Amino acid sequence: MEEKKFSVINQPVRKKDAMALLCGKPVFTDDVVPSDCLIVKVLHSPHAHALIEEINTDIAMKVPGIEVIYTYKDVPGKRFTMAGQTYPEASPYDRLILDQRVRFVGDAVAIVAGWTEKAVNKALKLIKVKYQVLEPVLDFHKAKDSDILVHPEESWQALCDVGADNKRNLCASGVDESGDLAAVMDDCDIVLEHTYHTKANQQAMMETFRTYTCMDTYGRLHVISSTQIVFHVRRILANALGIPKSKIRVTKPRIGGGFGAKQSCVTEVFPAFVTWKTGKAAKLIYTRQESQTAGSPRHEMEMHVKIGAMQDGTIRAIDLYTLSNTGAYGEHGPTTVGLSGHKSIPLYNGNLEAFRFRYDVVYTNVQAAGAYRGYGATQGIFAVESMVNELADRLNMDPAAIREKNMVREGQIAAAYYNEPMNACALDRCVARAKELSGWDEKPLAQDMGNGKIRAKGIAMAMQGSGISGMDVGSATIKLNDDGFYALSIGAADMGTGCDTTLAQIAAECLDCSVDNIIVYGADSDTSPYDSGSYASSTTYVTGKAVEKACAELREHMAVIASQMMECSGEDLIFTSDAICMADGSRQVSLSEVAARSMNGNTEAVQVTVTHSSPVSPPPFMAGIVELEVDKETGKVELLDYVAVVDCGTPINSNLVRVQTEGGLVQGIGMALYEDVTYSKKGKIAEDSFMQYKIPTRQDICPLRVEFESSYENTGPFGAKSVGEIVINTPAPAIAHAIYNATGVWHRELPITPEKVLMGILSCEGEK
Amino acid sequence: MIEIAKYVKVKSLEEAYELNQKKSSAVIGGMLWLKMQKKRVGTAIDLSDLGLDRIEETSEEYQIGAMVTLRQIEQHEGLNRMTEGAVRDSVRHIVGVQFRNMATVGGSLFGRYGFSDVLTFFMAVGAKVELYHRGTVSVEEFAQMPYDRDILVRVIVPKGQQSTVYLSQRNTETDFPVLTCCISKAEEVRCVIGARPMRAVCLRDEQGILSGGITPESAAAFGTYVKEHVVTGSNLRAGGEYRSILCQVLTKRALLRIAEMEKEG
Amino acid sequence: MLIELWINEKKTTAEIEPDTLLIDFLRKQGCKSVKRGCETANCGLCTVFVDDKPVLSCSMLAARAAGHHVVTLEGLQEEAKGFAAYIADQGAEQCGFCNPGFMMNAIAMFRENPDPTEEEILEYLAGNLCRCSGYEGQMRGIRSYLAYKKKEEGASE
Repeated sequence: MEEKKFSVINQPVRKKDAMALLCGKPVFTDDVVPSDCLIVKVLHSPHAHALIEEINTDIAMKVPGIEVIYTYKDVPGKRFTMAGQTYPEASPYDRLILDQRVRFVGDAVAIVAGWTEKAVNKALKLIKVKYQVLEPVLDFHKAKDSDILVHPEESWQALCDVGADNKRNLCASGVDESGDLAAVMDDCDIVLEHTYHTKANQQAMMETFRTYTCMDTYGRLHVISSTQIVFHVRRILANALGIPKSKIRVTKPRIGGGFGAKQSCVTEVFPAFVTWKTGKAAKLIYTRQESQTAGSPRHEMEMHVKIGAMQDGTIRAIDLYTLSNTGAYGEHGPTTVGLSGHKSIPLYNGNLEAFRFRYDVVYTNVQAAGAYRGYGATQGIFAVESMVNELADRLNMDPAAIREKNMVREGQIAAAYYNEPMNACALDRCVARAKELSGWDEKPLAQDMGNGKIRAKGIAMAMQGSGISGMDVGSATIKLNDDGFYALSIGAADMGTGCDTTLAQIAAECLDCSVDNIIVYGADSDTSPYDSGSYASSTTYVTGKAVEKACAELREHMAVIASQMMECSGEDLIFTSDAICMADGSRQVSLSEVAARSMNGNTEAVQVTVTHSSPVSPPPFMAGIVELEVDKETGKVELLDYVAVVDCGTPINSNLVRVQTEGGLVQGIGMALYEDVTYSKKGKIAEDSFMQYKIPTRQDICPLRVEFESSYENTGPFGAKSVGEIVINTPAPAIAHAIYNATGVWHRELPITPEKVLMGILSCEGEK
Repeated sequence: MIEIAKYVKVKSLEEAYELNQKKSSAVIGGMLWLKMQKKRVGTAIDLSDLGLDRIEETSEEYQIGAMVTLRQIEQHEGLNRMTEGAVRDSVRHIVGVQFRNMATVGGSLFGRYGFSDVLTFFMAVGAKVELYHRGTVSVEEFAQMPYDRDILVRVIVPKGQQSTVYLSQRNTETDFPVLTCCISKAEEVRCVIGARPMRAVCLRDEQGILSGGITPESAAAFGTYVKEHVVTGSNLRAGGEYRSILCQVLTKRALLRIAEMEKEG
Repeated sequence: MLIELWINEKKTTAEIEPDTLLIDFLRKQGCKSVKRGCETANCGLCTVFVDDKPVLSCSMLAARAAGHHVVTLEGLQEEAKGFAAYIADQGAEQCGFCNPGFMMNAIAMFRENPDPTEEEILEYLAGNLCRCSGYEGQMRGIRSYLAYKKKEEGASE
């Protein structure tokens, strides 16, 4: 590992926007947009599957203050996807702004725009819709090749070859394999198989989906939206509205959290359509209920895992079949499923001789899924990590030892990870350090505390990627200004993660200046350099590298000016924090002098844009160990301690990687223990509010002890990989493991509520 | 979201009562539940100016005005002393401090919500409600009464030597309870089970299970008695069978805690 | 209907509807720090002070605030900055959307209980949801702020 001395990298630099945010300054979408605009709301379908036979808006239009109401008859007929992905998107083009067929409870039926919220609410109630109610497909096991089709339409289109077939309710299907699976399985001492199930969890970012649209001075549509993906929004809106991309500008103010939710165009199309048609400014703010019923949650997945191993714990073969539920539309369906295998199986690369990963992604008549932190890896890792814990139990082997025996290590080639070499991998050190911190070797798997409680421990490992290899594009523009300060322009979106600051840290490290000397602006589809957007754990790794490269180039341009000023060769120059000096120290010019010169009779550009893309996606790794107590009489689980050790490469900001980790762990804890999504018989979501969908409060968690064991990834900026997503992956399997150790019951479906724990204990006692 | 045509801060209980006789009227307590209802209110009646936001103490009882907030009873020294902190335990899990600074005792009780911690507690300590028109009735009886257009004025908690323990089981710390159990022991034992998820019910030791004192055996036996006599049901938070098991466990634990408290004196 | 009240100690008279909620009224009055995160009184983002008590402005009628003193984060900038710096130094502000409600309730807590235990902090702030931070950074910030306050008090004694 290379040891490097940094000045601002790996420092706890305060976020540039921290004080504004903490002091409540008006920086979010609804704070910055003018209030004199049309209020837009969507009429949502009460049926899971229906055809609109008649829709009458006459009475609703008579409500004073109503400007316009649109139905499926008014919108363009060309299908598109709301998924924020690189074109051509893997997600099928299966949406219209409004469709005659509604496909889930919550699907859009009509758009109402008026001058007051009260008028719009009133009009919504007065729209008369006659539905031909159809039988829905609600059980995702029965979706594939069902007689009921979610997308029977001929205009449905898959741009990429992802094994999709709308006439079979298939959004994607495929297989990836290596080695002679059957032969290796046959040769194993032990083969275990089980099925695991995770739900359609809600990102539950505090700021719901929202978009404002208006026409600008040049007759273009200006979209101000809470989005992670300004450039993709531009394309999606152009597709949806059937207008040239040149007619659209997308900007984002501060974003109140995203976690992937805002990697889909959930609200943008509705006010955009209103503004484009009427020429008037419009705003749509989704309620929490809308965000949880017409949003973009995690893909529900069922994973069947088969594992083959030897008596000594050598894991030789893994066979995974994932059935993913994309719901009514296919956003992120074909891609999320891939991670359930490609980010779980490679964890056991050590002795793996064969693997097979098959998957089907099916359409059903429930809320369409989208992108949520972890993006399929979370689901797959719950399954595979749980299976490895079950295997260790069956072999009567220490669950940490079985990992040490089989885990992926630096220098290996990971067959199940597109044969990528693991050039930077400190997973072994993560596990070792987590064991040490948690006192793993000193503690039994479970211990009866004699007070009705059983204390137990559980373990899991995780990996993710850093950007999408060969696809994600990150760009940075860096410019020298008056007095020698720099302006960094990016198309990545800071959604609270702090990338405005971490990217400035990278620039400051490159330019030997303080972070305060770098101003950051993003993201604006008109002026920012192209960036795929902030998702897939790409910003630090991909855009960060673009920043590094851009700064290096800028220096060359500055050296040209400096050498002209000092009448010397550009090659002998040294950069200091505020000056450029000749190598022999005989002369120097200050940065502000160079800056001044750049604006006076100058022909050398002091603004550089660099675009970067990576052919690989180096995985971050981590280990998590939980300690908890189970109340034997009530099934209540109390978390006592969570140790997480992460290898994200070089941490760019030591505070922010820690807080990312803590935040991810807590989301993972919620997913493991209580965040649930259930449907009525008619397909309506029960957990449609924060009253019913319970996310962790500060009283529900335990001390989180986070440390870093860094590898150095040569292809990343200053050795960095990613951290944003991986951190949500360990709690579910680690907690399920500890609960097994405490109760003797494996919970293969999330969330593991007190009721399930207790009923598990009782049925286990019943069997005895 | 609720719509309100007219808002009146009433000057007297009589005015409130008169206004409330119209079906479209509604008395607003903390507004927390009312706000979420999708209904149209003709006249919203606010009792804020009637001085009902005080807890008054006489030699025999505590009189808690209908507009007293849950936070006020949570922090009330006398009530907490008398119930050995059970009043605090009954409300401290309800959402958060800001919520409890708004939610009123009157609103919580008048709603007679199935999930109500507040109903469970007041029923267990033998409280009465003072209704403007009907007069005073026990919380236990009030819980069975159908909704009417009366005005809840006060809650009256009798003073007396008693041991009280409040327990609840929740899926997360500030969620609605999956089951509540409050036991108050004076001359008689009153065991109230709430969040069944139906309205709270009060059980007494009719079979004399605890007549020989609270022991681990008698506590368990009484728990079993409660389990057998309380009807439970299912909702999003848990099933009836699990709740039924919890009846036994929480009752037993509450009794054992009371025995401990009595020992500690 | 016409109401008169104090917003951040400024006497304000305004025409409202009987069902105008305090949160919407305050935002209209320019107090954009007040945020809405849910419709069910669960998130704590809309916390403001009414007569010095932290309440959920999403669940209070503006009409009921008539005659009372309402304070939002806009009116507590100086007091907020001192504490905010400690949260900022942890990077625990994250997306920031929950911050105003959190700041308001934390300030209410410090006023009510200047030396809270860890458990008291968790209980007092339980009604303030945050989806980004995992809460631990907020706790570290609170602890170091309290330590600083203690030191400052010790020095001034």
